[in-house]
Amino acid sequence: MKDFSVFEIIGPKMIGPSSSHTAGAARLGRIAGKVANYDIKSVKFVLHGSFAKTYRGHGTDRALMAGILGIKESDERLRDSLSIADERGIEYEFIEDDLGEVHPNTVKFLIEKTNGEKIELIGSSIGGGNIKVVEINSLKLEFTGQYPTLITRHLDHPGIIAKITKILADYNINIAFMSVYRQSKGQDAFMVIESDNELNPKIIDDIKNSVKDVKRVYVINSI
Amino acid sequence: MVYNFSSGKELIEICKEYDKKIWEVMILRESEKSEKTTEEIFSMMKENLEVMKKSVERGLNEDIKSVSGLVGGDAKLLKNRYENCNTISGSRMLKAVASAMAVLEVNASMGQVVAAPTAGSCGILPGVLITVGEEFGINDEDLVKALFTSSAVGLIIAENATVSGAEGGCQAETGSAAAMAAAALVELMGGDPEQALHGAAMTIKNILGLVCDPIAGLVECPCVKRNAIGTANAFISADMALAGIKSLIPFDEVIDSMYRVGKSMPDALRETALGGLAATPTGKKIAREILGKDK
Repeated sequence: MKDFSVFEIIGPKMIGPSSSHTAGAARLGRIAGKVANYDIKSVKFVLHGSFAKTYRGHGTDRALMAGILGIKESDERLRDSLSIADERGIEYEFIEDDLGEVHPNTVKFLIEKTNGEKIELIGSSIGGGNIKVVEINSLKLEFTGQYPTLITRHLDHPGIIAKITKILADYNINIAFMSVYRQSKGQDAFMVIESDNELNPKIIDDIKNSVKDVKRVYVINSI
Repeated sequence: MVYNFSSGKELIEICKEYDKKIWEVMILRESEKSEKTTEEIFSMMKENLEVMKKSVERGLNEDIKSVSGLVGGDAKLLKNRYENCNTISGSRMLKAVASAMAVLEVNASMGQVVAAPTAGSCGILPGVLITVGEEFGINDEDLVKALFTSSAVGLIIAENATVSGAEGGCQAETGSAAAMAAAALVELMGGDPEQALHGAAMTIKNILGLVCDPIAGLVECPCVKRNAIGTANAFISADMALAGIKSLIPFDEVIDSMYRVGKSMPDALRETALGGLAATPTGKKIAREILGKDK
């Protein structure tokens, strides 16, 4: 049985016209923006399916860019996001393409940060403004942004997960959901932890400083 | 949870057992669920009412054009008529209808709205409640209560059927919004919880089978006008319920039938823009023009 809050029936407050093509797109953009720490030199949006077909009429382009800039789906600046990006000198491009076996409302973000670091993120808007991220830097994973989320990119070595969860325990953080993914044994791996508690940004440095072989740590508290 | 319910029947039983109105039960349910105080919950809903008011105000007074250029300005045309002419439907009805259209036009122009229950049906509740509020001198506090009444109906539909056009057609989207509005009107005007659900049931029955066939896949045409008819439907059904007219088929069974009708609709009539008005020669021509055009 589904169990809705009253504010899922009357709400959310949003910029129109579509909860999936506008509000959901803005939330996906915000996750991509957060993963890049809102430090963006250029971004390409590869649009799939219904996103590719109707993005102009639904303002999906402006919503995605708004998200990248950290603008919320209820913020009226959303409709001006492309000019805000121009003012900030962010290069951007919208590309219509087929991303294969994914949800009809899917986008791939190709982000280049000012230091040249590249981030690739794929996510889908799955209805009513709800979203899921399905791939980061070519590694398949899944999270929704509904819970504070910690993502680590590390080498697939014994003990790393235990060290990271120990740090979370020291911060008194309860883990709600946890998944690990890897490309191949001993190589690049990802861990996604969704917690019940707000994640202190200091956790990022604690993990980086005390756990060897962790390459990247991302914290997404709420979208 | 004491105040939890998942059907109209259960809602009525709780209302009777604790001698509460629907809106009271809904706030208490949310409080139990979220562990927020009833005051906090009330003020969160008040914010939604404020956004609704602003969207009506904007749509009735500003020159609105959607991003695609398909809709905009119709709410003002209707306003001009009820302000200056002796209308067929009456100015109160048309004011509500124009207000509902206004909100949909604001939505289509990338303005701020409250999904109620969805973006495509976001005009009906503000159109109905804000107009009735003005016409009868009802204060904001009572309008917020009416929003809680409406959300109980929306909750039951969302839990047992669907409010998404992609799943159940327009009957599930603007039909649900109109049913929510009808129940809210009944309770606001002094009807009891059973009458409120009869109002909601009659509203859905009136548009059972309505398909979702947006031109070019955009939340614009026929959505603006479907919000108009949803508003009129809510008014009529609320008055019927307040007159003592009952729905022969109980609310829960009407919702169930709406869900089954939605499930049996072909994909082409569920938001895919492949059937209905979207598949007419004119609909297809407009789609080609819009989807091909640069921003």
